[in-house]
Amino acid sequence: MPKAIIDVADVKVSFGAVKALDGVSLAIMPGECVGLVGHNGAGKSTIVSVINGGLSPHQGTILGEGELIARFGINAARARGVRCVFQELSLCPNLTVLENTRILHRHLGGLGWRKRAKQVIERSLDTMFPGHGIASDRIVGDLSIAERQMVEIAMAFSDGGIPPRLIILDEPTSSLDASLAEQMLAHVLRFVASGGSVILISHILHEIITTASRIVVMKDGRIVAERPAEAWTENGLVEAMGSVVKGEAHRRAIRDLAEAPVVVEQIGHGIPFRAKRGEIVGLAGLAGHGQTDMLMKLHASSGADWLPRRDPAVTFVAGDRRLNGVFELWSILKNFSVASLGDLASRGVVNADAEVQRAGEWKQRIEIRTPNMANRMLSLSGGNQQKVLFARALATRAPVVLMDDPMRGVDVGTKQEVYEIIRQEAAHGRTFVWYSTEMEEVCLCDRVYVFREGAIVAELAGDAVTEENILASSFTGVAA
Amino acid sequence: MRRTVSADAIRLAIPALSLAILLGAVFWLQPRAMSYIGLNLLFNLAVPIALATIAQMLIMSVNDLDLAMGTFVSFVACVTATFLSEEPFFGVLILAGAVAVYAMLGVVIHLRNLPSIVVSLGMSFVWAGLAVLLLPAPGGQAPEWVRTVMTMKPPVAPMAIVASVVIAVVAHFIVMRSSLGVLIRGVGGNQRSVERAGWSVLAARAAAYALAGVFAVLAGISLVGLTTSADANIALRYTLLSIAGVILGGGEFIGGRISPIGAVIGALTLTLAGSFLSFLRISPDWQIGAQGAILIIVLALRLLLNRLENRDKRR
Amino acid sequence: MRMVDRISRAPWIWSWFAAFLVWFATIMVTGGASTLGLSQAALTFAAFSIIVGIGQMFVITLGPGNIDLSVPATMTLAGTVALKLMDVDNAMILPGLITAILIGIAVGITNYALIKALRIPPIIATLSMSFIVQSAAIWTNRGLRIKPPSFLADFTTSTTLGVPNVSLVALVISVIAWFLLEKTIYGRWISAIGQSTPAARMAGIPVDGIRFITYVFCAVLASLAGYLLACFSGGAALNMGTEYLLMSIAVVVLGGTAVAGGDSNVPGIWGASLFMFLVVSMLNTYGLGAGFRLIMTGLIIISVIMLAGGRQPGAR
Repeated sequence: MPKAIIDVADVKVSFGAVKALDGVSLAIMPGECVGLVGHNGAGKSTIVSVINGGLSPHQGTILGEGELIARFGINAARARGVRCVFQELSLCPNLTVLENTRILHRHLGGLGWRKRAKQVIERSLDTMFPGHGIASDRIVGDLSIAERQMVEIAMAFSDGGIPPRLIILDEPTSSLDASLAEQMLAHVLRFVASGGSVILISHILHEIITTASRIVVMKDGRIVAERPAEAWTENGLVEAMGSVVKGEAHRRAIRDLAEAPVVVEQIGHGIPFRAKRGEIVGLAGLAGHGQTDMLMKLHASSGADWLPRRDPAVTFVAGDRRLNGVFELWSILKNFSVASLGDLASRGVVNADAEVQRAGEWKQRIEIRTPNMANRMLSLSGGNQQKVLFARALATRAPVVLMDDPMRGVDVGTKQEVYEIIRQEAAHGRTFVWYSTEMEEVCLCDRVYVFREGAIVAELAGDAVTEENILASSFTGVAA
Repeated sequence: MRRTVSADAIRLAIPALSLAILLGAVFWLQPRAMSYIGLNLLFNLAVPIALATIAQMLIMSVNDLDLAMGTFVSFVACVTATFLSEEPFFGVLILAGAVAVYAMLGVVIHLRNLPSIVVSLGMSFVWAGLAVLLLPAPGGQAPEWVRTVMTMKPPVAPMAIVASVVIAVVAHFIVMRSSLGVLIRGVGGNQRSVERAGWSVLAARAAAYALAGVFAVLAGISLVGLTTSADANIALRYTLLSIAGVILGGGEFIGGRISPIGAVIGALTLTLAGSFLSFLRISPDWQIGAQGAILIIVLALRLLLNRLENRDKRR
Repeated sequence: MRMVDRISRAPWIWSWFAAFLVWFATIMVTGGASTLGLSQAALTFAAFSIIVGIGQMFVITLGPGNIDLSVPATMTLAGTVALKLMDVDNAMILPGLITAILIGIAVGITNYALIKALRIPPIIATLSMSFIVQSAAIWTNRGLRIKPPSFLADFTTSTTLGVPNVSLVALVISVIAWFLLEKTIYGRWISAIGQSTPAARMAGIPVDGIRFITYVFCAVLASLAGYLLACFSGGAALNMGTEYLLMSIAVVVLGGTAVAGGDSNVPGIWGASLFMFLVVSMLNTYGLGAGFRLIMTGLIIISVIMLAGGRQPGAR
């Protein structure tokens, strides 16, 4: 019996009060492709970080080839041929493709390394994506998103001294079109057949079922199911992941909004964007295909950069809280009130009593779990921080709320509470423009625009808003 | 393929173009400058400025900024004019120590995650203090060999230009061609990806700082070779000149996007700007101001060209 | 206990503590003879760095990369032009002051125009601007040293109830600055921009407008300080602003304002400014020269930033 390349046993990881991994055991054998599925926040990324050495578990053991590795870190993992392709870009945008290859392969140094690096990356690119047309002396920042992802994947499979043995692919196809994705998955199968191992993470379930040899389902930091791929169906996977809201059950009654006035409009190339009063409009499509840009455009077109506006036209709920949501030095109170200070002040001086009172009302209304609104924002859990951001937006008088995938990493209970608030507010005439990467959220919307390569390629309304339709348009849609 | 060439070319074209235009203007105003001696005079002080610019560029390549460049070069000048000429052994020891201090600054800045602007601000006081202790009044004497090197008269082109070319080539090799250079720029571009590949970002940053220290030391030594004596305030302008040189040369403050050849061209442009203004017979009152104006004009030009480039890309 | 706890966590307390320590060490050497003189001198000289420092603090609060390097040039130009305009005439004091402030406004507007229009980092924009402003100062000054009007010369050098007048001016400005920062929407907004500019923009804050006002405010305070300093020292000199470039940044950092932005601290500026002056006079009293003084200053700045760098940002 061959020994597992990496075998993690009873691993626990917690971030503050949140248990990201709660006793996970996973062994990766040579020559298998393990599919890893689960909702956002199920712990997939965390277990990946443990396996690639980027995160040391607070408890549990890691074995390589049957031997206990005492100090498992990035270098130990790399020495064993463990590679990782991350969801976000992990190349240096200011370097050329071959210089990035040099960074990845530590043993490529010495005179003439450019030549070697060029060979290494070009051989890999040629094998995986024949006819790719990417010159290795191009600067990564000048490549398109798909080209970058191709380079990144090819780099993980390339052999620059230490042959790759276990490759972790985290949503590798998210920016590739269908034919490139097929090429890649075909290479994964070849790699596995030749004795390599792959961990494949993807939200496109049929990809996983057709490519993986074994599928592991994670939920709330645990492994909840594990079976050979043949034993799974897509529905079975969805059930095992514990899909909380099955779209249809919570589907809003289709409302007649034909008479409602258009409140926001954005005309670019592709189908024009319009949202009506009281409507919940979804932005769907593969991640990074222009949905956030659309929200930014909507915000910029009605925002004020120079003069304060008495009546804001739009307000925004961030998805990437750290980047454009939370003010880390501030209390919960100040974080809540920052967007509505104009209503809480006279002659530019903030009325502290009014501020505290308003915050108290919202604390009750959306149940922010904190003993004191004067506590630091960062003392809250992620879900509660997100609720504060919702309260911040809803407390303004803006008639349009823009939401940039705000439920990332939020627990199920909070989601349900927020969905309810959104429904209420929409019923009172607020318009919501909602970008979400979670299919069941998109299915809560009255109307959905599907994005591809920066443009709207499809508009779905009412009963047409289904997972199949959205997926179909995200892949087949042609940019106008 | 074609697009990348033009992107890179534009990055270098603007500084080269500014230099060419400026040089043309100088020759037009003062045809006699178009000679071996004339060029030597025009670019006389270019070598130390170019070296300091490369040093600043190395710091900027890891997304930091060194506000102590001027005082450090002054300090090195003072050491060169005193210890290095009288007791060469101690002199070398002190300068090696100074480079080590630079490496240490890189380590401290990285470990404690400090803003480099403030740390180097503090260091600028320290270097200034040490320089004042060494040379309370202008004086000292350049070591003979430094003087000889700096006043050499190579055939065809004057020393200042030959040396600038050598500096550009050496810096290009270290920063753009060597593995270490790739690593340093990688830290500037995406620190996490470098970390994930198993490199020590700490070591890379320390190396960038140490290299910067070496180039800055060379700047100080070469400066004394030209001026023959030193004083504690001799190179205070270099902080600003070096930053401006990097920017003029197409470098950017963050993201590890730098160009050593561009930086040297930027330094030459700044040096030439001084001469140009005196040829223009602009009143000496406005000389500094005109330098500021030139800086603004070049930056505006760059913005314009970047815009054009982006528009092409979008098509 | 809670009171003690709260105070010891206030970032400004350290600069005050250090200032007091140095003050005490200095008067001990002189046997207490110079207590009043030293205190008055400290308040007087600190006043200028306080005024400039507050302006710089507002800019630094805007977040990483925001810094105004044109402060010294603005001080010089404002001082020079104002003294030239007033021409020793007491009746011209107000026009002189207005002119100085107008110069500040003009410099501030141009600074931000460059930052915004050329999309260049503030450090380069304000630097280029400072070259031009400095040239303007050289051009107006022409080596002449015009005395300030007698009333202003008296006002800036004398005391009221034992307190130097310039430090009273600094106090008034500090109170205004404190009120702006702590009580008004504007203060909230600059803190928000400093913590996260994208988040501030998405929260509907008019980011450009606020940054613009802040750069103008900083330049106006610099020009005001230049006006007062020129009157205090009996005439404008071309190098009168030089030391305030590093000083203005140093007092902000030492005073406990977060260098990464978003968290500013007015009392800390006072402590730090007094401290910076007192260190110099202490080292002078001990007979140490300029070299040691500079080295000490540098080491102090570095130690403070190293200590502060490891500290968690305080709850606000």
